Amino acid sequence: MTLLFDGIAYGMLLFVLAVGLAVTLGLMNFINLAHGAFAMAGGYITVLLMNRLGVPFLATLPLAFLGTALIGAVLEPLLYRHLYGKPHLDQVLFSIGLVFMAVTGVDFIIGSTQQNITLPAWLQGRFDISWIGIGKYRLFIIVVCAALAIGLQWMLSNTRFGSQLRASVDDPRVAGGLGLNVNRIFLLTFAVGSGLAGLGGALGAEILGLDPTFPLKFMIYFLIVVSVGGTTTLTGPLLAALLLGIADVAGKYYVPKLGAFIVYTLMIVILLVRPQGLFARAGGGK
Amino acid sequence: MSAVVDALRAHARWRWWELVTFAVLVLSWLLLPGQSLLLNEIAILALFAVSLDLILGYAGIVSLGHAAFFGIGSYSAALFAKLVMPDPWVGMVVAIAAAAVLGALCSVLILRGSDLTRLMVTLGVASILYELANKLDWLTGGADGLQGVVMGPLRTPFGAFEFDLGGRTAYAYTLLVLIVCVLLARRLVHSPFGTSLQALRDNRLRAASIGLSVNARLVVVYTVAGGIAGAAGGLLAQTTGFASLDVFDFHRSAEVMLVLVIGGTGYLYGGIFGAIVFKLLHDLVSAWTPQYWNFWLGLFLVILVLVGREKLTRPWTWFGAKR
Repeated sequence: MTLLFDGIAYGMLLFVLAVGLAVTLGLMNFINLAHGAFAMAGGYITVLLMNRLGVPFLATLPLAFLGTALIGAVLEPLLYRHLYGKPHLDQVLFSIGLVFMAVTGVDFIIGSTQQNITLPAWLQGRFDISWIGIGKYRLFIIVVCAALAIGLQWMLSNTRFGSQLRASVDDPRVAGGLGLNVNRIFLLTFAVGSGLAGLGGALGAEILGLDPTFPLKFMIYFLIVVSVGGTTTLTGPLLAALLLGIADVAGKYYVPKLGAFIVYTLMIVILLVRPQGLFARAGGGK
Repeated sequence: MSAVVDALRAHARWRWWELVTFAVLVLSWLLLPGQSLLLNEIAILALFAVSLDLILGYAGIVSLGHAAFFGIGSYSAALFAKLVMPDPWVGMVVAIAAAAVLGALCSVLILRGSDLTRLMVTLGVASILYELANKLDWLTGGADGLQGVVMGPLRTPFGAFEFDLGGRTAYAYTLLVLIVCVLLARRLVHSPFGTSLQALRDNRLRAASIGLSVNARLVVVYTVAGGIAGAAGGLLAQTTGFASLDVFDFHRSAEVMLVLVIGGTGYLYGGIFGAIVFKLLHDLVSAWTPQYWNFWLGLFLVILVLVGREKLTRPWTWFGAKR
């Protein structure tokens, strides 16, 4: 059961990390392999603030979000916007290029060693509820991420911005014709998505580890979440992230020899059976 | 009807620059004996990129896991030499066969879904193989790489040649395999089969509706490309006497894609030109900042895409009016 709990926490974390990607990839149809770089940026913001300036952990989380969102907001009109209509090959090349730059850049500025953070005392340790050992930090992650997931879903389906976003995605030209500022909507969405990745990176710095190769190491995980979950809803990626988290943790625990093997195989089998993802609407995508 | 046939024939005709390319390749062996090691690397990368061009440039499949075939070829050549027999020719056949079988198996995976699905599946296959090679350390040596591969002499009608430290034999051998593979690929893409591939790349639905069996063609081209990539991997293992995990690395898949894009996709020689430019650039930049080569590589990629990659191979469009 403890395993299940850890798996859920891991899955929740993956969801927050990947949800921004689900938006850019699913809604804007942009293959952004550099998403992990934003997560890494968030992680480094937290680590540097805590270790060099002594900012408390909780305070660094919103800063990680804002900082990464800002980076996203700068990069979107500067670079990404030109590529929305380009072929996928161009997008892949472009974002791989960004990943390489981010990895080497961080290596150059901060160094290639693994970064550690010390959690505040009240988040350390674990307690037991009827034989289930619950890590406090893991519980914290689950609560935060669940709140985020619910908030996002609400925002997307119930607010004015949510419906504007959905309209812009369905048909940018018509949405523009109706007087929506499509560019601004995409910009905001991209910034929020990047910010969430940054927040996920900050939250995950303790569990996933943080070093300059982070974007490459976890790129495939994000992509699995999005492609398996399908990109038409938020629930899809959420369930896929939970599935992936549990499968990964359980797999590593029961058959450590096989390691990441299980996850990849599972992904290929799922994609073979349901190429549009597990939870996609029929006929979606191309 | 004959006009169509003439047009296709004209398309398949030998151009002067193709002959020059082959001549330069052969001359490079004769004229640059001191550079054989570097040239060998370039030729292997070129062969690898040519195989990617078959599926990317001609069939339009975006793959992020082409290193899977390179790696399989590399490991099977190395293992075959170590465990069965050290003869390079037989080892090469084994490497090609292993990679082609893998290609045939994987081709089922790329038939369905969107670009993203294909990207994920190809990436997943390469990652699985990476994990396998890592975990099966009794066979592959795990993270240390497969060591102790000793190649036998290269037996030819002109006598047997040992692989020497300077890489003269190795480069001649690589060149031979490269040229044979390119000639085969050239024959393939100018055949009716190759023409139909381009048709389905441009519009899969339309190609299917005029009666082309899209899936069968994709399976064949993926298998062939896998085999050629396996040949490249086998060459690397045989000429260096070593196979390590990084043959499966994501980095390698990304690199070969970049090489192909530098040279230009869809005309077969892009891989060769790209490999030459890429390796020379690598050597140049590495000599200057060895550690941060990746940064410049990334920057180059970003700029390349923003400016438009098709312009790179058409210098006359750099200034002035649109294409």
